[in-house]
Amino acid sequence: MSVDSAFGIHHSAFSVSFTLNGSPISVEVDPTDRLLDTLRYRLGLTGTKEGCGEGECGACTVYLDGLPVNSCLVPTYQARGRRVETVESLPPARLDPLLTHGATQCGACTPGVAMTSCWIIDHPELLATHAVRELLAGNLCRCTGYDGILDGIAAAMQARP
Amino acid sequence: MRRQPPPVYSLTVHRLEGLAKLTGRERYVDDLPLEGFLWGATVRSPSPRGRITAIRFDPAIDWSQLTVVDHRDIPGPNTIALIETDQPVLAPGYVRHVHEAVVLLAHPDRAVLRRAAAAVRIDVAPEPAVTDYRAVPRPDQIQYGEDNVLKHLHISKGDVERALAGAPIVVEGVYETGAQEHVYLEPQGMIAALEEDVLVVRGSMQCPYYILKALRYALGRDETRLRVIQTPTGGGFGGKEEYPSTIALHAALLALKSGKPVKIVYDRGEDMAATTKRHPSLVRHRTGVTPDGRLLAQDIEVVMDGGAYVTLSPVVLSRGIIHAAGPYACDHVRIDGRAMFTNAVPFGAFRGFGAPQTHFANERHMDRVAARLGLDPAELRRRNLLRDDESTATGQVIRDGTDRRAVLEQALSLADYDAKRSAHARFNASSATTRRGIGVATFHHGAGFTGSGEVMLASRLAVAGLVDGSIEIRSANIEMGQGTLTVFTALAAERLGIDPSSVRIAAADTARVPYSGPTVAARTAMVVGRLVERACDDLRRRLDLAGATGAGVQAAIRGWYETHAGAELVGEATYEPPPGVMWDDVRYRGDAYGTFGWGAYVAEVEVDLRTYETRVIDFVAVQDVGKVLHEVLARGQVQGGVAQAIGWALLEDCRWKDGAMANAQLTNYLIPTSDDLPRIRVAFLETPYAYGAQGAKGLGELPMDGPAPAIVNAVAAATGADPCVIPLTPERLMQIVEGRMQKAELNEREL
Repeated sequence: MSVDSAFGIHHSAFSVSFTLNGSPISVEVDPTDRLLDTLRYRLGLTGTKEGCGEGECGACTVYLDGLPVNSCLVPTYQARGRRVETVESLPPARLDPLLTHGATQCGACTPGVAMTSCWIIDHPELLATHAVRELLAGNLCRCTGYDGILDGIAAAMQARP
Repeated sequence: MRRQPPPVYSLTVHRLEGLAKLTGRERYVDDLPLEGFLWGATVRSPSPRGRITAIRFDPAIDWSQLTVVDHRDIPGPNTIALIETDQPVLAPGYVRHVHEAVVLLAHPDRAVLRRAAAAVRIDVAPEPAVTDYRAVPRPDQIQYGEDNVLKHLHISKGDVERALAGAPIVVEGVYETGAQEHVYLEPQGMIAALEEDVLVVRGSMQCPYYILKALRYALGRDETRLRVIQTPTGGGFGGKEEYPSTIALHAALLALKSGKPVKIVYDRGEDMAATTKRHPSLVRHRTGVTPDGRLLAQDIEVVMDGGAYVTLSPVVLSRGIIHAAGPYACDHVRIDGRAMFTNAVPFGAFRGFGAPQTHFANERHMDRVAARLGLDPAELRRRNLLRDDESTATGQVIRDGTDRRAVLEQALSLADYDAKRSAHARFNASSATTRRGIGVATFHHGAGFTGSGEVMLASRLAVAGLVDGSIEIRSANIEMGQGTLTVFTALAAERLGIDPSSVRIAAADTARVPYSGPTVAARTAMVVGRLVERACDDLRRRLDLAGATGAGVQAAIRGWYETHAGAELVGEATYEPPPGVMWDDVRYRGDAYGTFGWGAYVAEVEVDLRTYETRVIDFVAVQDVGKVLHEVLARGQVQGGVAQAIGWALLEDCRWKDGAMANAQLTNYLIPTSDDLPRIRVAFLETPYAYGAQGAKGLGELPMDGPAPAIVNAVAAATGADPCVIPLTPERLMQIVEGRMQKAELNEREL
């Protein structure tokens, strides 16, 4: 991929294969590359954001084998043979309730928030044991006070068949 | 048949760029494709004050592979031009705070660059630093003027000494607020590149023209060879008002020296450590009052920590003292304000801009006055809130038609204030481990620039009619999450009666847009939005179309180009002050703002007496900010502002070492999560303001003012303690409740 030179990272050869948004891929990485770096700077999938680099803010949330994780805490080699899904895989129509309820303002936390929100919406069984506020607590947002996000999630869950 | 009213787009347009943000398609500065560029890094001072004796480059590194810049590479004056010219772009042999930039490096490989930056050692011969703004500096600590006072301002109304001497009751108090980090989720970043002979800077910013001014000054380049373009900005809150000029200059110097594009993106740790924060403050109150609670005199002293350079401290102090007496009628007011030099990382603009600090003190003090008089705190406010034709501390006569008591009553009613007070008394008598309380704050916030600021800005804006009949709004005001794009689009669409899809907003690019002022001070919708409307009117005038709307306007625009080949159709507007606004900048008297927004916030808290944790369990925010332009966006501004202020009040604790943040990471600088907050219930009263877009006043800053005092007042009601310091962390509350904290004492900042 030519994205390497575009983003200015030179690397030693180290190949990792995994499924990215439904398609198999192989990518050359440094042993120290985080999954976040690989997605953004080697694969050009810049929807996944870096907010803190230490697993506190959730802006870099992706699904690893269907579970939301902070991609800044995952060395790329740990994705070997696994399923990785990023914000680019979300169908825009699913995000409509978040849009209309004011779930996004500046947008920097938003891809992570969208990933976690969709995961909550897809797992209504979690609400038997957890509040949505608790499930969302791994995603920091500095703009909305979270109410717009919570309203969007609630609307989407209500609209489910 | 009745004529249909024109469509109200402002109620139907969703955030225009919202879907791009939700799907990750929005490209921020670090997302832009860029070829053949270098990453830039900053090497910083390890010491709060002293002469640089050596800069040592580890011989193990091949430095010929790196671009290295220091102060000798600056073509013009080594100054970040802002209000004063005291702050260097790169320290010229002397440092005044930890993390002050000394050397810049650039290299194509980020990992190599990180290793290189760690291999530069800056030796400093230490000199006595001042790290406590509250203490009188020793002679060997004086570094600004004769007394380290960066700015001294004074407001005087009536005769405070006489009124205090004659007052039957005088209540005193001392209040302190801590620094606060913005934590916009997108860290700061800039790209600088030479394109032909033009130096182009792109990045995350609130004020493209501030950066243009800083580049022009320090680089000695005229504006024809400079261009600043805002990229989608992931939050600002004031943190991207003045600081981005520094990063822009750093990236520019590296780009000029290397001849390649240079990208500097701070990681979270560097961003928290090196950039500005909210000014810490200490406020003393002495208040004369009648037994039935009428304010007779307010004597107020405000001290703020400015840090090591002037930056925006004079104007932050100015807004702080203008709001210090609150939204109350009082004939005798004296406010004395000082911003102090310290060897701390400079403090800067942050949502509210000084007013949250002084409102915290004043609203906490009102509760102390109420306690002394045995009055319900809400009743004390009811008796003193400004009525129309009464005047503020600066003598500004308020005559905006807002019913400030109605704002308060609605907040109390929505919060069920009276019933909760009784219920809490019963609950607290029965619980061994938990205390509940409810607190209120009433406050105001001046909209737009202070004093003659808007007149001096003389903001200009253009609305162009394009060949295809659509229009383009050209302004320097940017989107950072607050909704500029959506609001401007809706305002223009409504003004011209055209569909919002026929309106576009030009990028905030100094080569293309006129200077409509900075995106700060809650001025964008009110002041600049009004310019959008007036520029639309001017466009219509140029088309000679007084009455036409909708398709008629668009057809006329297309028609205009048939007879004006090679020309461009542009409607323009320049700021005009509302009539009768008079401000005396020397005596600090008169109309400090064109208008104020008014708020009454009520917080209900629960305090756990085992852990001293405070949880906000209900929050009601009622305000009158004129006409609400977009319900979802406006509510979001309030909810987000309240959440940020709850963090400031209870959680966000900047720890200091040598005048720098010791906890510069989100692991131990805690901002509120969804699980830390209640639903924030928002209501608006809408008294239109004749000189704001569609009757709107400023909104974005106001929600920062009320929550902290409302919450701490609630904690006081719950516990019977009298906390006067924020952030009111569990540790601090424990000390206060258990009586170990005799006086206000914030951080352990070394003397």
